[in-house]
Amino acid sequence: MTELEDLEIQLLLEGVAQLYGYDFRNYALASLKRRIWNMVQSEGVKTVSGLQEKVLHDPLCLDRFLLAMTVNVTAMFRDPHFYQAFSAKVVPMLRTYPFIRIWHAGCSTGEEVYSMAILLHEAGLYDRCRIYATDMNAAVLSKAREGIYPLEKMQEYTGNYLKAGGTQAFSRYYTAAYERAIVRPWLREQITFSQHNLATDGSFNEFNVVLCRNVMIYFNKTLQEHVHRLLYASLTLFGVLGLGQAESLKFTPHEHDYAEVVQGQRLYRRMR
Amino acid sequence: MPYKLVVVGASLGGLHAVAALLGALSPDFPLPLAIVQHRHKESDETLRIVLQRSSGLAVCEVEDKQPISPGTACLAPPDYHLLVEQGTYALSTDEPEMYARPSIDVLFESAADAYGPNVIGVILTGASADGARGLATIKAAGGLTVVQDPATAECDVMPRAALDAGVADHVMPIPEIAALLTRLGTVVPKVGV
Repeated sequence: MTELEDLEIQLLLEGVAQLYGYDFRNYALASLKRRIWNMVQSEGVKTVSGLQEKVLHDPLCLDRFLLAMTVNVTAMFRDPHFYQAFSAKVVPMLRTYPFIRIWHAGCSTGEEVYSMAILLHEAGLYDRCRIYATDMNAAVLSKAREGIYPLEKMQEYTGNYLKAGGTQAFSRYYTAAYERAIVRPWLREQITFSQHNLATDGSFNEFNVVLCRNVMIYFNKTLQEHVHRLLYASLTLFGVLGLGQAESLKFTPHEHDYAEVVQGQRLYRRMR
Repeated sequence: MPYKLVVVGASLGGLHAVAALLGALSPDFPLPLAIVQHRHKESDETLRIVLQRSSGLAVCEVEDKQPISPGTACLAPPDYHLLVEQGTYALSTDEPEMYARPSIDVLFESAADAYGPNVIGVILTGASADGARGLATIKAAGGLTVVQDPATAECDVMPRAALDAGVADHVMPIPEIAALLTRLGTVVPKVGV
């Protein structure tokens, strides 16, 4: 809005990056600004500089900052059509592999990781899979690891599951207790949760599938390009990249190295 | 003031209203249009197709970081907020605002932030108060504010809420809004002294 506001935001992000190593400097500015101002209000300070002082001096405030700056909106079988397309077009390719490595980058609280585990289980492939689920935020990652969700959400998730092509009773996959749904332990067995920051950490393996959905929309062009290079380097030849519903490879550095697997479903296959 | 961007918000009744607005603009209308129409999160491409049928402008659903191009009408995709940055659109799945994602306020406030006085904000029919705050932000940044005449709206709640904010420069039916946009869009910026 004003030059002063932009300067304050720049200083805040610089401070957090230098002191704590969390780098938000290349996040998409418009939505980040809204989240910063929301936090200025919720912390009861008046200015972005006020927030900066609090975050830099109080590590507990940093935890709140990390949660406030990242978007952790997710659901089981979010965008059911994506899972349908994945079952129809990607699963047959995966059947040809003896062992399947999947990276779910930016897994948030884990709902979409367990959705993929369920899909692979129903395809009869789960025993051959290892899912690496990563997020930069330790707090959401520990929720993902627990796999405990509000019971009232299960109705919506069951609907999504059926639309996604689920063939079982969805209630097989969780135990209900104290208004909570707890994911069955065997669903967690092939999942490794760990902290990884797309802005600052490198590639750590080669994968047959990389899912990074609705994560890069929060990054600016520079960081998006960096992450696209990282994901490309982490995929095997003919590996599949899954993006969010409104994301595409257009104008990205590896646009021409992938082929669309299903038109309109944001699944891309690395061709070279 | 040479305008650079038109942002439009519509809710209940918006299908007809937005179609009428786009249909009344000539295919060579030079400004980019960004549109938030409230709709169900699992909507398919129907809205884009219907609007395209009634308009000579190119109508698209925004993909993340899509450049803001002249003469193109861009819709917020279902279940995403649409935001404006310098030169590009951006998307987010931040929490709904006033129960809406996409939210008109989010679009309007980000447009005012990125384009200041070069924005025209238009509020059409709807059964929500979304957009009133965003319109006030556009006005405060020096932009131009237009509200559909509530008497001509399929649902007058949203235009009335926008009028209650007390920041409307123009209150008019859709054909006149189209005429106003056409006039403002074709103003050639003065060059030199």
